[in-house]
This record gives sequence, structure tokens and C-alpha cells, in this order.
Amino acid sequence: MNWTRHHLLDIESLNAEEIQLVLSTARAFKAVGERAIKKVPALRGKTVVNLFVEPSTRTRTSFELAAIRLSADVINFSTEASSFKKGETLRDTARNLEALNADVIIIRHSSAGAPHFLARFLRASVINAGDGAHEHPTQALLDAFTILEKKGRIAGLNVTILGDILYSRVARSDIWALTKLGAKVTLCGPPTLVPRVFEAMGCRVTHNLEEAIADADIINLLRIQHERQRKTMFPSLHEYTSLYGLNRARLAQTKPDVVLMHPGPINRGVEIDSETADGERSVILEQVTNGLAVRMAVLFLINGGQSPEETAAV
Amino acid sequence: MPERSVILDAAGVDRALTRIAHEIAAHDECGAEVVLVGIPRGGVPLARRLSALLAGLWGHPVPVGSVDIGMHRDDLNHRAAPAIHPTVIPFDLSEKTVVLVDDVLFSGRSVRAAMDALNDFGRPRRIQLAALIDRGHRELPIKADFVGQTVSTLLEETIRVSLQEEGGADEVRLEKK
Repeated sequence: MNWTRHHLLDIESLNAEEIQLVLSTARAFKAVGERAIKKVPALRGKTVVNLFVEPSTRTRTSFELAAIRLSADVINFSTEASSFKKGETLRDTARNLEALNADVIIIRHSSAGAPHFLARFLRASVINAGDGAHEHPTQALLDAFTILEKKGRIAGLNVTILGDILYSRVARSDIWALTKLGAKVTLCGPPTLVPRVFEAMGCRVTHNLEEAIADADIINLLRIQHERQRKTMFPSLHEYTSLYGLNRARLAQTKPDVVLMHPGPINRGVEIDSETADGERSVILEQVTNGLAVRMAVLFLINGGQSPEETAAV
Repeated sequence: MPERSVILDAAGVDRALTRIAHEIAAHDECGAEVVLVGIPRGGVPLARRLSALLAGLWGHPVPVGSVDIGMHRDDLNHRAAPAIHPTVIPFDLSEKTVVLVDDVLFSGRSVRAAMDALNDFGRPRRIQLAALIDRGHRELPIKADFVGQTVSTLLEETIRVSLQEEGGADEVRLEKK
């Protein structure tokens, strides 16, 4: 099949074949990263803008390096140095970037739906790099890629997502991607952060850690996001760690071949202890490597996807 | 229903590859520095078959790889993103004679993209080109060193190569619209 989308706004609207196309394309781009010469000319002459209206280091760096390795020109636009401080609206900022003939705008924003908003009036391609607590599609794609690489399949696997689900765009994108690919997803954490309403997305919800990890093939730990919580959702970090933190004793209760994932940045000693985070079951740094390959694949596919006008003309 | 004519049947494909292998061997007596690199998709199984034929002639294994050209195409702005195939070159290209292998030589743009892609893997002593079919209509100054069969075609005609590696029998057909 061919990729036909002009934007990547969320995982919810993708079908399983589209997700698999990104994953198979990413496999070839991962090999490019392992060569002596890590650059290919696929996006030569294209301009990619990183529009990060919410702070981020790793996702922005990963997108930046992905674009550079595809030979695109990259502009980084962050809240600190930007005209947002002077009161310019998101629409005006995006229009200005487009007036510079940007071909792809990668946006991170604290408001859910900001990428969809831009996609309604921009001719440039829009890639969602995280919008509020809504979605973070490339994180879900890299998580799926990592699981596929480690386990050889996704369908039928038990994937447990542990931690702050309520405030997590990663959790929502992961749930969409993994259930579409046939995994059985379990969500676990304190009831305040893991409400039963997520059962409507096709997940099992439990607040008992032992039950959640006993049969897991994959445990995906999510960061406790202090900055996104407006009120205290559990009594203390210490209590969270004692009830839900992953450590050696709890790891001993899991399948011997369980794979531990974390989107980063890690709160060492909160959701996972240092020994476990650095242990042999952990693939946290491989996720970073795979993130680069997946973002190269997304940029490459989006560049070839037809814009709405072209599709209409055919 | 498009009109079809068979250009090569299974025995014909076999003869063409055998001839190409002998020509490659005639250029290079011992073949110690020759490696084969197929252009996906059709060139990859053909490169493997040529490798086996040459191993028989030279008496030693002949390395074979594949080079993806999807990231190096010059028409990326004009079409949907092409399928990307793995590039597998598990050997050093420096000072080697690289024989690029493709099923059909047409505009020459795939070959140019393949040569660009090879740049990232080292500096071969020389690059040669083997094609099962040369159908003409070149758009670049590129010429094959070894050709199985030359076919004169119209631009709107299509050459279809079926190989047993993909299931079915070896056959090359010319299809008219």
C-alpha cells in the first residue's frame, strides 16, 4: 500500500496497515543510522520547522536529527525565543512560518487539538509531536517498533502500561496503536490516575500491580508528570513508589523475558528504581534510537503523501 | 485487457543469465574482487542467481548484496513515497568491482540513484551494470555493460518480469495498453 496522508495528527485515525507501513519503513531507516555515512538525500531542499510551544528536549532533538539525516533544512522555534511572549496567536505564528515556505511543521503544544487546528488552514504538512494529554503519535510508533523488534510480533502480546494514564498523551497513543495491532493492553496505577473510563478504549483496567505485571510481555512505565497535575492525585511520591514503583523484587514476579519500556525522562526512584532502569530487561535507550528511525520514516512518508488538493485533482 | 507477448520464457531467462555470467567472467579471470549488488525488487533475486553461476565458473563464493534506491530517487516530489527495501551490503566496497544488477534498464534513473546510494558505502574501483532486459528510452547517459536481451519498445508499453523467487515461473512479457 502507499501512504496517502498529508499530516500525522494522531494514531486514532490510522488503520493497522498504515501503522505497519511506518514500522517497515522505519526498519530501513534504522539501518541508515548504523552506517558510517548516516545521511540520505530524500528530503533535500525541504524545510522542516520544529514549533515547540511546550518545552521538550528529547522529542525536538530526535525530530531535528531525523530531518537532518534526511538532508532537510531545520528551523527550531521555541516558546522562549518566540513571539508568543509578545502575544502572537498560534495561527499567526504558523502562517508566518508557512510564508517562509516551510514544508513540514512539527508541533508540540500544551493544548489538545492544536495540530488539528493548524492542519485545517496550513498547506504545509503538520506532524503532532504531542498535544496536551491527547496524543503523541510518534512515541506510540516507536514503542510499537521497539516491541516488534524485541518480540517479533505485537498481536496477542500482553502489554501493561503502568503509571499516570490520565494525564498521558503517550498512554492514549500507545493504547490506540497497540490495540489496532492486536495486543492486549492492561492499564494500572492509582484509581485517580487510571479511571475505569479507559475500559471504553478496549483496555483492561486494574489498580493491583501484582495482577497487572504477572502475565505481561511488555511493561511500559509512564513518568509521573508533576507539572501536568493541577492537584495532588495521590498522597505522596513515596506512597506511589511503594505501591506502583518497579524494583527488583517486583520484577521477580514477572515473566523472565518481560521487556521494560519508558518514554523518558525517567524519575529515578519514583516509577522505577535505578537498578531496574539500567538492568538487562530495560530497552529504554533502544527506544531513543528507534525514535529517530521512526521519525525519519514519518517525515519520509509524509513528504510523499499527497496534499488534499492534489488528491482532489486526481 | 492488455495485449501481451512473451519475450523470454523460463529457459530464455536461464540462457540470458548464463550469458551475462560468462561475459562477467570473461572480463575478470579470477573474480576475486567482484561483488554483485541487486536493485530491488527484481534485481535482487537475479543478483543471487548470477552469484551462484559465477561461483560455479570461478570456483569461489561471490558476495551478493542489495541497495535500496527509494531514499535516493529524483522524483520524490512527484509521487507517493516509494516502498523502502533494506540495503544489505555486508562487505567493503573499496577497491572492488561492483556489478549492479537490475531486471529492466529503462530511463536509467534507478541506476543513477543506486550509484548515489553506493557512494555512502565506500569507493569501488569500478561499477558495472548488468540488466536482464534493456528496453531503451534512456533519460541519462547510462549504458549497461552486460545485457540479457535488448527489446525495442514504445514508451507506453510495459515490460513485466516474473521470477520464480516471487512464486510462479520465470517469464518476461511485453504488455501493450
